[in-house]
Amino acid sequence: AACERRYSSRGKEKLDMSTYPVESIRNFSIIAHVDHGKSTLADRLLEITGTISKTNRNKQVLDKLQVERERGITVKAQSASLFYSHEGINYLLNLIDTPGHVDFSYEVSRSLSACQGVILVVDANEGIQAQTVANFYLAFEAQLSIIPVINKIDLKNADPERVEKQIEKLFDIPADECIRISAKQGTNVEKVLQKVIEKIPPPQCNTADPLKALVFDSTFDHYRGVVANIALFGGEIAKGQKIVSAHTKKRYEVNEVGILTPNEQPTHKLYAGQVGYLIAGMKEVTEAQIGDTLFLYKQPVEPLPGFKSAKPMVFAGMYPIDQTEYNNLKSALERLTLNDSSVTVHRDSSLALGAGWRLGFLGLLHMEVFNQRLEQEYNMSVILTAPTVPYKAVLSSAKLIKEYGKDEITIINPAQFPDKLSVSEYLEPTVLGTIVTPHEYIGKIITLCQDRRAVQKDMLYIDENRVMLKYLFPLNEIVVDFYDALKSLSSGYASFDYEDAGYQSADLIKMDILLNGNPVEELATIIHNDKAYAAGKLLCERLKETIPRQLFEIAIQAAIGKKIIARETLKAYRKNVVAKCYGGDITRRMKLLKRQAEGKRLMRKIGNVEVPRDAFIRVLKRETDK
Amino acid sequence: WPYCRKRCSYCSFNTYVVPTVDEAAVRACLVREARTLLRLSQVHSITSVFFGGGTPSLASPGTVAAVLEAVAGAAHLPAGAEVTLEANPSSTSTSLLAGFRAAGVNRLSIGVQSLDDAELRMLGREHTAAEARKAVEAARGLFLGRTSIDLLFGLPGQSRDAWAQRLEAALGLCDDHISLYQLTLERGTALAAQVRRGALPAPPQDLLADMYQTARTVLVAAGFRHYEVSNFARKGALSTHNLSYWRAEQYIGVGPGAHGRFVLRGEGGCRREARVQSLEPVAWMREVQSRGHGTRSRVVLSPLEQLEELLTLGLRTDEGITHQRWGHFSPLLSLQAVFGAPGEARTLQQQGWLVLDSGGLRCTWAGLAVLDSLLPDLLWQLQRA
Repeated sequence: AACERRYSSRGKEKLDMSTYPVESIRNFSIIAHVDHGKSTLADRLLEITGTISKTNRNKQVLDKLQVERERGITVKAQSASLFYSHEGINYLLNLIDTPGHVDFSYEVSRSLSACQGVILVVDANEGIQAQTVANFYLAFEAQLSIIPVINKIDLKNADPERVEKQIEKLFDIPADECIRISAKQGTNVEKVLQKVIEKIPPPQCNTADPLKALVFDSTFDHYRGVVANIALFGGEIAKGQKIVSAHTKKRYEVNEVGILTPNEQPTHKLYAGQVGYLIAGMKEVTEAQIGDTLFLYKQPVEPLPGFKSAKPMVFAGMYPIDQTEYNNLKSALERLTLNDSSVTVHRDSSLALGAGWRLGFLGLLHMEVFNQRLEQEYNMSVILTAPTVPYKAVLSSAKLIKEYGKDEITIINPAQFPDKLSVSEYLEPTVLGTIVTPHEYIGKIITLCQDRRAVQKDMLYIDENRVMLKYLFPLNEIVVDFYDALKSLSSGYASFDYEDAGYQSADLIKMDILLNGNPVEELATIIHNDKAYAAGKLLCERLKETIPRQLFEIAIQAAIGKKIIARETLKAYRKNVVAKCYGGDITRRMKLLKRQAEGKRLMRKIGNVEVPRDAFIRVLKRETDK
Repeated sequence: WPYCRKRCSYCSFNTYVVPTVDEAAVRACLVREARTLLRLSQVHSITSVFFGGGTPSLASPGTVAAVLEAVAGAAHLPAGAEVTLEANPSSTSTSLLAGFRAAGVNRLSIGVQSLDDAELRMLGREHTAAEARKAVEAARGLFLGRTSIDLLFGLPGQSRDAWAQRLEAALGLCDDHISLYQLTLERGTALAAQVRRGALPAPPQDLLADMYQTARTVLVAAGFRHYEVSNFARKGALSTHNLSYWRAEQYIGVGPGAHGRFVLRGEGGCRREARVQSLEPVAWMREVQSRGHGTRSRVVLSPLEQLEELLTLGLRTDEGITHQRWGHFSPLLSLQAVFGAPGEARTLQQQGWLVLDSGGLRCTWAGLAVLDSLLPDLLWQLQRA
C-alpha cells in the first residue's frame, strides 16, 4: 500500500477508556516553525511515557509517509495517546502532531480546536520565525494555554536568553515561563510533560452530553476504508452506534473506535475529552473532511465552528509525458487524492500535450510533495504547466450568437477566441484577495499586487504590527506563482486568502506564435494586452533555445492579429557532418542516425519547420525557481 | 596497434598507455587472428591493408612484416595492394621508416594535427611543429606521392586567421593526400572537460562552418580533389582502404577493438556481418590464444541495415552511391525507385543539397557540409520504401 500507516488491529485486546476521567486528560499540540524540533520533541515524549521503546532509531516516529521522512516535514497530522503517571495520578495525555508548513494552516487550526493548550517550540539559535508567529496567533485566537519551549540548547550557537526576550516582547509571555530543552538529547523534556499537566487545563466537556466529535484528520486504508481522527467534545462513542456527518448529512454505523499509541489500539468506547480514531464504513476521505462534526443519529448538535472546504492557492496543469500513459496517470491521481482531499482536480486538455488535468494545491510545498509522491509511490513522471483560466466574451455578432445559442460564451481554448469585431466585451474571472502582513513588507507587497494588475480595495491595521490588505485580482495573475512570490518577499510572514469575485471587463487578446510565418496553434495564448509583449518575448526566447537548428533560417515571432510584437531568429546550420567515419565509427553513427530518423516521425511540422514534442514541453512547462 | 606512449587531450579511441608491451605475444596474436578470420571469410584477394591504432609506428617493422606475411599466406596479396601505416611524428626517423618500407608498407599516414607549437601542446601531442615537418619530409623521401597528413581545425580559441595560416603552412609541406578533421570534443576527454569547465572557449558553430569552407576552397584551388567529407587527394592519391569503407565493401578487422564487415563463407554463411573484436588487449590476447580470434560481437546485417550503411557512408564521398553499387545490395529496388519518387530526396534535390542522376545519388558541394541534417530524412524514406 502506498501509505503504510496502519495495520489491522484485529486480535488486540480492547482497552477500557472509562478509567480516565476528564480531569486526568490533557489534550495538547506542539506547534513550531519548520525544523525547530517539533517532531523530535514528539519522539522524546513518546519515549518518556513508554509509548515507544527508547532506542536510537526513533526519529520522527509520527512521520510515516516516505516523503515526510525524506524532506523532514510533517505533511499529515497524527495523534498519539500517552499515559503518564505524575504525583500518584494516571494521566491520559493526547498529543496531536500538526503539519508545520503554512500550506497546511487550516489543518493546524482544526487540530488546535481539539486541544486546550500547546507547546510552542522555538529554536534557540534561529529564534522566532514566520510559522512561530502564525501558529502562535492560531493558538492565541483559539484561547489555548501556551507553554513556550526553547529547543536545541545543545547546539553551539544557541542563545536562549535572546529568544526568551523575543518571546516576551512579541507574545507577552514572561521569560521565566520558558523551558529550555534539547529534544535531541532529552534534556529537560520531562519538565515539559509536567508543565503540560500543570498548566494546560483539562477539557471542559461532559460524557452526559449528546455526542459531538470533531474530525481533525482522515486517512484511507484499503482494507478498512476511511479512518478518521476524532476528538470528542461531548458524549461517548462506541461500536454499533449510528452517527451523522454535519457536512455531508450522510449516516454511518460505527465499526471500531480506539486510540493511537501511535498505532491503532481499539477500545470499547471513547469518552468526552478523549482523542482517537473511528472507522464507520466511509468509502472516501471526502466523507470525513477536516473540521467536520459528527453526532448521533436523531441527536443533532451545533456543528463545531471553523469548518471550511480546502481552498487551493497554487494551480498547475498536469499531463502525462506521453498520451499512452494517460490511464495510468488517471488512476494514480485517483488513488493519491483518496488520501488528500485538499487537492482539487478538473479535467483539462492542451493541443500540444493532449488530455490532462488542472489541479489546485494548498501551496507550492503541497504541490511539490504531491508530485514527489506521484513519482515515488506510483512511478509516474508528469509535465506540469501553467494552468488556464476560463475567460468569457459577450458576443455582438448576430451570426455567432445564433451559432452558440447565447450571447455570452466561455472560452477555455485559444482556438475558440472570437475576434474583436464580433465581441462587445471580453471578461476575465477575478478574486478578492486578503493579505495579512507585518507592516515592514507593505511596500513590496503593494508593488507585487500592482504588477499583477490588482486594484486595492481596502487597507487597515489590525494591530500595531500587522496590516490587512484587500485587493481585487484577475484570477490568471495569481494562479501560477503569486503565492510563492508573496511568501518569498515577506520571508513567509504574509498570509493570503481569496474568494471568487465574479468577472470583470478586460482588454484581452489572442497572441499567436509564428514560425516562418506559419502559426503554431498549440502555443497560442489568451492574454491581457498589457502583458502581451513581455510574455511574447519570453516565449520567443524559449523557443529559440529549444527548437533544433535546421537547414534554413527560422523566424520565431509573437503576433497579435497581424501585428508582430516580438521576434527571435534561429540561424541555419551551415555545417553538420561528423568528421570521421571509418570502420570503428560506423555502428555508432548508424545507431544515432536511426534514432534521429525515428524522431522525425514524431516531429510536428509547422510549414517546413520541424518541431520536436520536447520543444513544446519545455516551452509550456511551469517555471520553477529551482 | 592499440598502444600509445601517452594519451592526447582530445583522444577517445580504444588505445592503452602501458609501461611495457610484450611485442612478441601481441604479434603472435595478430598473426593468429588474421589467419583465422581470413579463413572464416574465405576471401580470395586483398585490396588493401591498414595498420591503425594507437600508434602503429611504435610497433617494430618485424611485427608489420609478420602480419603481412600471414595475410599473404592465407589469401592473395597482390604486389600493388595499398599497405598503409599510421605514424606519429615523434616516432618516425628515416631509418625506422625505411624499416617499415622493407617490411611491406607502401603508404604512410602521419598524425601531424597542427603546425603550431602552442596548439600541439593544447592537444597533448608529443611532438613540435618542427619535428612534424621533419617527419613529413622523411616520409616523402621514402613514400613519395603516398604520404598523407592528418590536420585538425576548430581548436578552442583558434581564429579564422590562425587557421588560414595553418592551411598555408600545411600546403607548403604536404604530399598528395590530406585528411582534415574538425576537432570533436568527446565526452570523457581531458580537452572536453577543460571546455566544459570554462578553462577553454568552445568554438562557435559559425566559425567552424567558415573554417571548413575556407579549407575546402583553398585545397581545391591547390589541386586537391575533395573526395570525402574529411579527405582530400591530388594526382589520384586517394586512400583505397578508406574508400572501401564508404563503398561498403568487405573488410576484416584484426586486433583489439577492430571492426569488420564481411560474409563468413568459410562457415557456409551468405550474410554480411558487423563484427567487433574485444577491446581490451589482455582479454583479446587470451581469446585469440584459446580459440583463434577475439571476436566479441557479431551481428548479421539485414538487407535494410546494409542499405542504410551504404547510404550513410556513400553520401560522404563526392562520387556518392552509384547505381551499380546500390544494385549489389538492393537488386530489386533501385535508387530511382526509392529516392526518385516525390518525397524527402526530391525536396532536398530541389533545395540544392542532393543530386540524383545517371551517375547515382550524391551530395552537392553545399549538401556535403550538412549531410547529417539530410540523412535522417533519407533514412526514413528508405525505411518506408
